[in-house]
Amino acid sequence: MENQDKIKITQERFIEYANNSMESISSCDIPKVKTLRQDALKRFIERGFPTKKMEKWRNSRMMECLSEDFNIESIENKNHDFCCVIQNLDTEVVTLTNGMFSEENSLRKLSNGIVIGSTRRAMQEYPELFEKYFGSCNINDDNGFYDINTALWQDGFFIYTPKNVVAERPIQIIKISDEDNNPFIQTRNLIIVESNAQLQIIDCDDSIKEQSSFVNSYTEIIIGENAQLENYKLQNLNDNSSLLNTNTVKQSSNSRLQTHVVSFNGGKIRNNIFVNINGEGAECNIYGLYLVDKTQHVDNQVKVNHNVANCNSNEKFKGILDNEATAVFNGHVLVAPNAQKTNAYQNNSNIILTDKAKINTMPFLEIYADDVKCSHGSSIGQLDQEAMFYMQQRGISKENARMLLMYAFAAEISNNIGIEALRERIDDMIKRRLKGELSCCENCVFQCSTPKEYDFKIDLSKI
Amino acid sequence: MLFDIKNLHVSVGGKEILKGFNLSVNEGEVHAIMGPNGTGKSTLAAAITGREGYEITEGEIWFKGKNIMEMSPADRANEGIFLSFQYPVEIPGVSIQNFMRTAINAKREYQGLPNIPMPEFVKMMKEKQAMVEITAKLQNRYVNVGFSGGEKKKNEIFQMAMLEPQLAILDETDSGLDIDALRIVANGVNQLHNDNNAFIVITHYQRLLDYIVPDFVHVMYDGRIVKSGDKSLALELEEKGYEWIKDTIL
Repeated sequence: MENQDKIKITQERFIEYANNSMESISSCDIPKVKTLRQDALKRFIERGFPTKKMEKWRNSRMMECLSEDFNIESIENKNHDFCCVIQNLDTEVVTLTNGMFSEENSLRKLSNGIVIGSTRRAMQEYPELFEKYFGSCNINDDNGFYDINTALWQDGFFIYTPKNVVAERPIQIIKISDEDNNPFIQTRNLIIVESNAQLQIIDCDDSIKEQSSFVNSYTEIIIGENAQLENYKLQNLNDNSSLLNTNTVKQSSNSRLQTHVVSFNGGKIRNNIFVNINGEGAECNIYGLYLVDKTQHVDNQVKVNHNVANCNSNEKFKGILDNEATAVFNGHVLVAPNAQKTNAYQNNSNIILTDKAKINTMPFLEIYADDVKCSHGSSIGQLDQEAMFYMQQRGISKENARMLLMYAFAAEISNNIGIEALRERIDDMIKRRLKGELSCCENCVFQCSTPKEYDFKIDLSKI
Repeated sequence: MLFDIKNLHVSVGGKEILKGFNLSVNEGEVHAIMGPNGTGKSTLAAAITGREGYEITEGEIWFKGKNIMEMSPADRANEGIFLSFQYPVEIPGVSIQNFMRTAINAKREYQGLPNIPMPEFVKMMKEKQAMVEITAKLQNRYVNVGFSGGEKKKNEIFQMAMLEPQLAILDETDSGLDIDALRIVANGVNQLHNDNNAFIVITHYQRLLDYIVPDFVHVMYDGRIVKSGDKSLALELEEKGYEWIKDTIL
């Protein structure tokens, strides 16, 4: 009850802030965005933040963080010389600190026509793209976080890949939280991949030091006909961080989406991934991996709407939970009456290492067509004791046998990463995470600026 | 003496399964242990290899002059004890190559040796696979995942060949094998057998012993050896059945 009161107060603070600042926040908006803000605010005033009474939020722990005294107004835009080098991988890097771009170089156009940079700046430079795409992705699960983001966002990242452009280099977005007074950071992102274009994105959420923060990030992704997008999200935040990350995707015919969400660390993380398949022949592969311990909480919500016939979707989420960590998986595939010949698969498997860790998993199919192939499954288990003994009998120590089993479990997800250098990097991070060595450090969670040869006790390399 | 078990009593979940088991094995010997179901044969294998849940309440196990009862399962393996499992375990995500390399390097580390050089390892893999007629395709697969019964047992013998144990225990390696696979498995064992190592072959049937000829045959009943002899005992047992043993000891 007490928490509910605090949420109410937070809610009131947001509304008051919105009423006072809406004019200045939206001063440079195009009319469409301005209208969306006002509508969203109205909705937020009506319904507020989600509550545990709502089915999709029943097992969520995100609302616990809402009782904090957020700084919602004066979030500093710090300049960071944050460097993240993935060995053998050349990327186009974009850095946001506390959800904002630094002024200089906040929007750039590459020689191939790709535009990357600040959402706010892009709205001014490319109003026609915003008119066409911004707010165009149907959200399946409207909630107060979406409303408050739409009403009050100030910046975020924007990526535009024009027709027929195949990006040679992946775009790497580094988002860092670095603010001492408990900021509530809202980022609004827009990714457009026009027809026949191809793009790879590496999207990293990091935190510096151990301060608390709440990031409410909302990304719209539009994938045109015959276009391809690979989107890799890496989350490595401190234990006092909360991250609510929503991606809504709109896919046209024959397009392909592959998305990975790898949650290494973070106090409370919720990933909402909503995909609308609107064109025939489209395919999406949605993968997730979460490795959580202590009292960390990761919640993955996936909804795929098969609105048309002849499309494939595949969801695979895996998690390893230690200590008192908790996780949630809700997968929902909806097959519309005319979406015949749909192939849809959902799977969530978990290894629970202690009797205090907890996972709530619910794969769910809702099918209105009669000629489809759909399946779903989930499993929760401990490390296979038979396999443990088998390995020990071959001379492998108990600790290494444990590691090998956990790594093998996780590698099923990382093996699908299409960028080899990134796959190696993530593989390495998984190994370190499983050994308990990967956590937030002063400078950089990935410790990439000072690459060290990582000595893993057992040989897990592919041979 | 290579291996010596003295008056071994083992309980599982509070129930005594082995009740004073004795066995001495010298280098170069092949011992067969036969006996009806539920007599403690697999418990014996589990106790020797140090499996959790098998409580030794009395007795001793000596290997190469060391009492191994306090050793971890991995240390026992690295000392040179190998168990060919009755039911080999599937390990999804771990390739046979990766598994074997990890195991060999664990053993080498135990012996104070550096990791095996890659070319040497690859060559060894090839040789030992050929020995048990494993096709090249098998090597890239995950350990035992999707293997037929015969392939699993061949894979056990392959692992044994890779790890070169001094004492190998074959726990019902013949179960579920057709005659061709049985021949291949037995052939592998016979090639590995030398004057420095020893085998304990646990089996229900005399069939396997046509291929792997034992120096000694022991008959187990109710948690201990009740009769020992040479290979002719296995034939006699096959002919007269286990009821005969029950009758002789009562």
